[in-house]
Amino acid sequence: MDDRLLAKELQAIAGERYVLTDPSELLAYECDGNTLFKKTPRAVVLPGSTEEVARVVRLLTANNIAYIPRGAGTGLSSGVVPRDGEVMIGLARLNRVLEIDLRNHRAVVEAGHTNLKITQLVQDKGFYYAPDPSSQPVCTIGGNVAENAGGAHCLKYGVTTNHVLGLTLVTWDGEIVRLGGKALDAPGYDLVGLFVGSEGTMGIVTEVTVRLMRKAQGFKTVMALFNSVSQASDAVSGVIAAGILPGALEIMDKQAIIAVELGPLRVGYPEGQEAVLLIDVDGLSAGLDTQAEAILRICREAGCTEVRTARSPEERLRWWTNRKGAFGAAGNLAPNYVVQDGVIPRSKLTEVLAEVAAVGQKYGLPIANVFHAGDGNLHPLICYDERTPGMSEKALKAGSEILAACVRAGGSISGEHGIGIEKMADMSVLYSPDDLAAQKAVHDVLDPHDFCNPDKIFPASA
Amino acid sequence: MLALNEQSRANVEMCVHCGFCLPVCPTYSELGIEDDSPRGRIHLIRNLASGRLESTSKVLEHLDLCLACRACEAACPSGVKYGVIIEDARASLEQTRERGFWDKGLRNFFLRGVFPKPGRLRWLARAMRVWQGLGLDRAAIMLGLLRGRMAAMAETAKVPDRFGSDALPAFIPASGTRRYTVAFVQGCVTDVLFGPTNIATVRVLAANGCDVKIPAAQTCCGALASHFGDLEQARRQARQNIDAFLAAGVDYIIVNAAGCGSTLKEYHHLLAADSAYAEKAKQFVAQVRDVSEFLASIELATPAKPLPLKVAYQDACHLAHGQGIRLQPRKVLSSIPGLELVELAESDICCGSAGIYNIVQPEMADSLLCRKMRNIAATGARVVASGNAGCMMQLRLGVKRFGPEVEVLHVVDLLDRAYGGDGAAGRQSRG
Repeated sequence: MDDRLLAKELQAIAGERYVLTDPSELLAYECDGNTLFKKTPRAVVLPGSTEEVARVVRLLTANNIAYIPRGAGTGLSSGVVPRDGEVMIGLARLNRVLEIDLRNHRAVVEAGHTNLKITQLVQDKGFYYAPDPSSQPVCTIGGNVAENAGGAHCLKYGVTTNHVLGLTLVTWDGEIVRLGGKALDAPGYDLVGLFVGSEGTMGIVTEVTVRLMRKAQGFKTVMALFNSVSQASDAVSGVIAAGILPGALEIMDKQAIIAVELGPLRVGYPEGQEAVLLIDVDGLSAGLDTQAEAILRICREAGCTEVRTARSPEERLRWWTNRKGAFGAAGNLAPNYVVQDGVIPRSKLTEVLAEVAAVGQKYGLPIANVFHAGDGNLHPLICYDERTPGMSEKALKAGSEILAACVRAGGSISGEHGIGIEKMADMSVLYSPDDLAAQKAVHDVLDPHDFCNPDKIFPASA
Repeated sequence: MLALNEQSRANVEMCVHCGFCLPVCPTYSELGIEDDSPRGRIHLIRNLASGRLESTSKVLEHLDLCLACRACEAACPSGVKYGVIIEDARASLEQTRERGFWDKGLRNFFLRGVFPKPGRLRWLARAMRVWQGLGLDRAAIMLGLLRGRMAAMAETAKVPDRFGSDALPAFIPASGTRRYTVAFVQGCVTDVLFGPTNIATVRVLAANGCDVKIPAAQTCCGALASHFGDLEQARRQARQNIDAFLAAGVDYIIVNAAGCGSTLKEYHHLLAADSAYAEKAKQFVAQVRDVSEFLASIELATPAKPLPLKVAYQDACHLAHGQGIRLQPRKVLSSIPGLELVELAESDICCGSAGIYNIVQPEMADSLLCRKMRNIAATGARVVASGNAGCMMQLRLGVKRFGPEVEVLHVVDLLDRAYGGDGAAGRQSRG
């Protein structure tokens, strides 16, 4: 099928405005939040309904054209970057709310609905949607499902898979299928669980049934400043050892603090801090003070230079907005960054962070660290300038070395950002060829001819 | 290849593609197309500048669709000044751009022929007043010469009986003890279409102990010229205003139009390379205050009578995003006894007015306006207050086109009424 005919057929489904084929317009779709890998798609189509998605998929498979679903393009592992002539199916227009069922704590939204807007829909009734990736004002629930997104507060409340109960999806050949639903734990295989985290390689999710949670009765947020990241890590271990399960336990290092404090989301932290630790405790109001006091004591014992609790909900929000803006603030450090997503046992924080720093020195690349300390999920932001020849490759290599260090420490290469293109090669560090072949065999049942987001996750050898 | 100046190039380099700007962008919210988001547009501009991309008509379409509302700037964790980028890119692209006869004519007429010359604008407004007085606008609508949107615009752009500048003397003394001496920026469109609001503003200032001076040599702030890429024209106007206002010797320079205020506050950037004016520009900028910013910072005279009204507040982009002024107008409104201020959903998303955007991009302007009016209807408010003439015109157009039947007023109009002013601005707003 030639490009002009393809454009016409796509326009007949989605409307002229929502089909992009001019090479100059396609350039904006050449990458996601990760700028290491770039390639423009053959075309972009933005369908307006599940039915339109299915029609687009049927058109493409009938003409032997592979496709890639895309939400808001905030992914960090190049999961929506084309490989070779795929058509991109953008889901940004699928942003309707289909049902809010507060009595049963459920909501059904289309895949292009943003994460934070779910909470905004129900917060005045005292509810919220728990998983909170830092990009939550932007990222879509469909993208969250694809990556099994986590977030600062997933330490206590679990990640996306724990909050998704049902899916409507379009299969590889354009059939509309419903999996799971409002009831818990559908009998038989957990197919919803299989799709969550499949990075768009098994079909296109178009509707999602999520669990709504009751907002906790009370919150206490503690902010502690430290002269070293290892002291902050000690405090994290201390909090967990004391039997406290905070809602979130987050650390930013000096470079990350500098970056975000230079932008409009600044808190006004005193200059020269090596680490900021943010701890949320939530639950029944009774008992929160005791927990907060214990945390304050533990932070002091770990040697913090300053520690206090948020004085108002506005202050708490400011601290968290600042923390969640850390990646996007990397523009204050360098023109480009790539963020790694390694997971390690919490007890190894200090030594792996030392390895991260050593890798940065080896390659001469500044690295800022922001991490979910409670989960041992590291986010080293490797800063570089793509315009300097060879720098992008260096950044990629540095990332792989950091991930290898995480695996050696008994961890894994990704906590929540997915594998995409960027970490494909690193999969072989974590898994044996047999492991990979088994996973690929599962994939092949659901996408037998590699139409859905092909050539992602699994290295070519698998 | 697109040549960018140093400042905008530095801002382009700061964008790391996180996408936090997407949900706050009106055009992305409407269309969901990456090229119509700030991140997408920066990506296009970045590649135009590096020579990887040619400025095709498609690229220009996406850049043209931007309202320059700058909502993205407040959302950007890196602090990218998107406004600087888009303005520079547009100015640079304009130099080589082929425009059609009507497009060019329209731009030249408004941007060069009318707005920079207050005298001509007034003549045009007088002609419109005569036209409207004879009922020719209604006749044209009845005869079907003006239809739909154009008809609604003709009905909305009513020229009041008098211009602010005709009614206001060069000096208005403070009532009671003088606490401040201020100079008032009349604006061009505000003066001819919202004269009563200007009169109300001056009355409110005088009631709050201000001696008000209105320098006769003031001219258009230059916003329209710079938004459409004519920076030389904007600089000429800036220099004229700096001379006019600094000569007045006042504590503050007060402006009641968000768009003008935001431009005035950036004169020091505009004239940074002008050795004769760089310092004067800084001095000028330090004195500029939006009227609600000023009123919220002083001890406000207590209103004489309560105004039992349910009011929704619409953030003007150039107040909220351009100047970071969000709380001050709300504080002024809340200080009026009896007035119930209700929150408007998406109050900081552009209404589609954006300079002459609603004329050159009617389709997008209409869908944003429709969305705005739906949100307004949901509040149940009887009055929508804003702080910018352009927004007020657009909202009045929205009342005509989509409803609900609300009164559109400036924040100071309401305060003026509470002080016992005639609230004349209100009379012409309902159609």
